[in-house]
Amino acid sequence: MAEAVLTISHLTKRFENQTVLEDLSLEVREGETVVIVGPSGCGKSTLLRCVNALEDIQGGEIRIRGERIRHDGKNLPEMRRKVGMVFQNYELFPHLTVIENILLAPVKAQKRPREEVRAEAMELLERVGLKEKADSLPRQLSGGQKQRVAIVRALCVHPDILLFDEVTAALDPEMVREVLDVIIGLAEQGKTMLIVTHEMSFARAVADRIILLSDCRILEESSPEEFFTAPKTEQAKKFLQSFEFRRSRQA
Amino acid sequence: MPDLGLEVLLKGKNFIRLLEGLWTALRISLVSALIGILAGILLGVLAGRKKSVFRGILGGWLAVIHIMPQMVLLFLMYFGTSRAFGWYLSGEMSAVIVFSLWGTAEMGDLVRGAVSSVPVIQRESAEALGLKPAQVYLLIILPQAVRRLIPQAINLITRMIKTTSLVTLIGVVEILKVAQQIIEANRRASPNAAFGVYLTIFVMYYLACRPLTLASKQLEKHWR
Repeated sequence: MAEAVLTISHLTKRFENQTVLEDLSLEVREGETVVIVGPSGCGKSTLLRCVNALEDIQGGEIRIRGERIRHDGKNLPEMRRKVGMVFQNYELFPHLTVIENILLAPVKAQKRPREEVRAEAMELLERVGLKEKADSLPRQLSGGQKQRVAIVRALCVHPDILLFDEVTAALDPEMVREVLDVIIGLAEQGKTMLIVTHEMSFARAVADRIILLSDCRILEESSPEEFFTAPKTEQAKKFLQSFEFRRSRQA
Repeated sequence: MPDLGLEVLLKGKNFIRLLEGLWTALRISLVSALIGILAGILLGVLAGRKKSVFRGILGGWLAVIHIMPQMVLLFLMYFGTSRAFGWYLSGEMSAVIVFSLWGTAEMGDLVRGAVSSVPVIQRESAEALGLKPAQVYLLIILPQAVRRLIPQAINLITRMIKTTSLVTLIGVVEILKVAQQIIEANRRASPNAAFGVYLTIFVMYYLACRPLTLASKQLEKHWR
């Protein structure tokens, strides 16, 4: 079995007095794509934010390739470079061009040679069809384009694992596909990914494993085939039904 | 056409003297603006941190500056301190101190506001890329904050330039004082000089402030 890249053990997360995640354990192995689904507000995004230490945690631990993320801040910048994150609203830096957005972390934080990173960035931009946008500002791009840039920006840091937090939720429907296709391409290349999404057909296509999160914990964990055709729990059935529409017609 | 008294400007060194007066006014306001901007950025950054004592200091300072007419501050600094503390400050020095205190407070508040107006998730996005806290601040937060505060900062500088007309009251020979002297000296020869001279001052202030507001508009358009 492949090496574990992300190991979450007994994670507990509370906001004030409200428990969001309780005693949650999860492992993502090298080259694996794990998709988290679940009702709104069940803590999916919070889970990703904990992995990147954007949220502190109240119990348990999170390790990347065996090294513990210390939420108190000691090794945070280095650990975060091992975890790439793509946000729902892209969060490109509006005052920097596309290429500057991408080069910032590799050049300033990782001290890699600018020309080398630039060559890599241009190649990745070409692969997502945005090579000619390298010198544009984010505001000159569409939502789908911005999100593809955000993915390239995360990739250029060479993270061990990529986190995707509902990356198409803010997009117009016709732009969803161009972004999801890029992510499916990454899965085919064997990138290790943890994805939160509401796009069920995408989840089914991209996932090696599907996790249903509800009531602060993992309710169901199975292969996409099994999850979508023969869900084990009542909650999973109910959740999947919420994506289907029927109209009763009088004969 | 009525006699506007403009011919006074051509007599002797009158026009040059007005320009010298303008330069005094600009010197006071620009030196104060420079001090105010630098100190204000420092104060604003410090006050922008969570649970900072500087937030209270800035708040109190700002309240005093807002409530007190600048003229009272000038009198306090120039006349008040000489008797009370034995500080014999020159008029220009007093003016620079008062204007710097004013500039620092307002600039500090502008910087604090601009920094806090940058969305939290921009900071998180930078942190998620593994940038160190200082890099997040210098490369992501401040550049965005600066773009937001440039128009208000330029507005502050132009208000400072205009307000220098008060320093004539503490004996600084700036443009307004020169104007009064010229008008007095020519009372018989050109009784209408007041109009011409003050009109000239009006144009001079306009020409001094206009490039700043133009630059501000350009930057706004450039950054949008």
